[in-house]
Amino acid sequence: MKVMCAMSGGVDSSVAALLLQRAGHEVVGVTMKLWGGDSDTGCCSVSDVDDARRVAQQLGIDHLVFNFGDDFDEHVVAPYIDAHTRGVTPNPCIECNRSVKFARLAERADLLGFDAVATGHHANIGRTADGRYTLERGSDDAKDQSYVVHMLDQAQLARTIFPVGGMQKSDLRALAASIDLRTATKPDSQDVCFITSTGGRTSFLGDRIPFRAGTVVDTDGNELGRVESVELVTVGQRKGIGLPGGGPKRYVLDVDTEAATVTVGSDVDLLRSDLVVDQMSWIDRAVDGEVLVQCSAHGRAVSATVSADGEAIRVRWAQSQRRVAPGQSVVLYDTSNTRVLGGGICR
Amino acid sequence: MFDSVGWVTESGLTYLDHAASTPMRAEAVEAMMPYLSELYANPSGSHRFARRARRAVDEARDTVARVVGCHPNEVVFTGCGTESDNMAVTGAIARRGGVAVCPAVEHHAVLHVVEQLGDRGRIVGVDRYGRVDLDELATVLDATPDVSIVSVMAVNNEVGTITDLAEVARVVRRHAPDALLHTDAVQSACWVDLRDITPLVDLLSLSAHKFGGPKGVGVLVERGGPQVEPLIVGGGQERERRSGTHNTAGIVAAAVALDLTDRDRAEENERLTVLRDRLVAGLGDRLDGVTETVPAAHKVAGSAHVCVAGIESEALLFLLDEADVCASAASACASGAMEPSHVLAAMGVDRSSALGALRLTLGHTTTAADVERAIDVIGASVDRLRRQTTAAVARTTADAVRSTS
Repeated sequence: MKVMCAMSGGVDSSVAALLLQRAGHEVVGVTMKLWGGDSDTGCCSVSDVDDARRVAQQLGIDHLVFNFGDDFDEHVVAPYIDAHTRGVTPNPCIECNRSVKFARLAERADLLGFDAVATGHHANIGRTADGRYTLERGSDDAKDQSYVVHMLDQAQLARTIFPVGGMQKSDLRALAASIDLRTATKPDSQDVCFITSTGGRTSFLGDRIPFRAGTVVDTDGNELGRVESVELVTVGQRKGIGLPGGGPKRYVLDVDTEAATVTVGSDVDLLRSDLVVDQMSWIDRAVDGEVLVQCSAHGRAVSATVSADGEAIRVRWAQSQRRVAPGQSVVLYDTSNTRVLGGGICR
Repeated sequence: MFDSVGWVTESGLTYLDHAASTPMRAEAVEAMMPYLSELYANPSGSHRFARRARRAVDEARDTVARVVGCHPNEVVFTGCGTESDNMAVTGAIARRGGVAVCPAVEHHAVLHVVEQLGDRGRIVGVDRYGRVDLDELATVLDATPDVSIVSVMAVNNEVGTITDLAEVARVVRRHAPDALLHTDAVQSACWVDLRDITPLVDLLSLSAHKFGGPKGVGVLVERGGPQVEPLIVGGGQERERRSGTHNTAGIVAAAVALDLTDRDRAEENERLTVLRDRLVAGLGDRLDGVTETVPAAHKVAGSAHVCVAGIESEALLFLLDEADVCASAASACASGAMEPSHVLAAMGVDRSSALGALRLTLGHTTTAADVERAIDVIGASVDRLRRQTTAAVARTTADAVRSTS
């Protein structure tokens, strides 16, 4: 097959390209230029592009850079900023996968005559007896990334390859080192690529939106303190909400950016019996009944029952759970906790 | 992979990217060989072996001066065209203070320097062909009493537009009589007789690999002696204008290439105008929606910049690359990604047209067969992209209809 391998300049996608090549595919490496501003690896992440290019050279495959900066701004950065102004907690990496990697890049690959797009995600794609595609957790439990690629549908899965999904990270690094790839010991990327570790979210958002100071109140409406910027407060947060230490632990129960109010309460106040998920996508058919539900990239999957609720779905927890921040991706797995069923955005 | 030395000819590469770099003249390659082997002495040394190398550098300087139309002592050899551009602007501000002015379509080697000056830099607009707006230039110069340098490129690297430097010089001399006038002539040597433009300016930049010479050699002409502060200091080479051991082989080869370019210029202009016109006409006949960015009358013979409707250049360049046709779109940023062209934006070309920009540039090795092959390959590639895009849109629309019904 002719495969376009998205190469971020990290070790996972380096090894992905290597494995595709060893499997006999015709591989072209592509690094997407997504963010033109500051990042931890230089403007336009040039050192990451250098790493990807050098790995491609070492493997003897072609390497290109595609500029999807406009798409990234429109579908990832702007919604990220907008979400914060609404007091919602977005997941930009998931939006990037949804709108850029598995949309814009996949369409480009299609246009240019490629049979598939590969990435270095730790997830596995399988087939059922009747030929349907499945999306399963990556084999290395600690590195599983099925959560961030949960939005893929059958047509996309048919044209996607995750070459390293079946590998343990330590074996993957050893393989990269064995052929002297310069990315072999490169640390895993941890954070949002357009947020620098020095400036953080505060400086990124502060440069783009006016922060509003807000009032911190308890569930009865009594004022307890002030926060400098309600836009930076997240449901479930415990620290940095301007309350003196020593008292009972207090959590953010709700953020109202319109009214510039942050409501706090005890961990018990934070418990919810259910939640509603919008913008659902399904790996195959829509599912209801007993499932496991995961609400953050490395969170634990928890038992729940799901049912249709108009266009949305309702998740009823088997045991009450802390409130999930609106805007977070909610991903459903089967009860064996291996297979992704679908996912959407917490209302 | 291109492991073989002869891969260019073996693979039948159609090279239409001469504005990015030109193939070296065989005579230039030959001329540099002795200085890469037995004649390795440092030209600044004091023994006869060094003097032999020094003589080669000074002979090269004479040749460059003759072709450019200046005194040999006005020729400074640098490391590249960018260094020459940087030295002109940065060096002028360092020596004289004040403000630097340039049009918005300059190469980044000038534009970024002026932009980095902040409120000591002024950017002037251009017309739809990329020519500096002379009225605006006059207004800016009138409003800015301490302009120390105005930099206006002789030929634009993206769209090939020729600047009327006589007009520019008239405006600058009248409205800013104390300012230096620099021209980035990096894209000019193959097309314009430099003797015609050198007398109009104070500073002029060249780059050897744009005229069949090697990479790593630039020239800054400083008319009337030192005009700007040096950028690189140290051993005091080049009459203390540019320190650093001479690149003897490169300098010798650059002079040979420039001399040949000068000798062949009139003939090549005639020959390549025919090929370029055929290329643009051929693309227009073969495809709908091809717009020539600048009419032939306003640009150099080697330039065929077009905007192709309904496609993205990044995708087109990939297909051309697969078919061994080398072309480009706009300038690449540090990551290697294609950037939206600042030149087209300044000219008022709308963003959607600019997305389909294709720069085809011809030069001394271009043949009629290259042009015919390029027309065929570009025609087939654009057809394919448009067909696929239409099919994809139809699929999406059908999906949307299905999901709403």
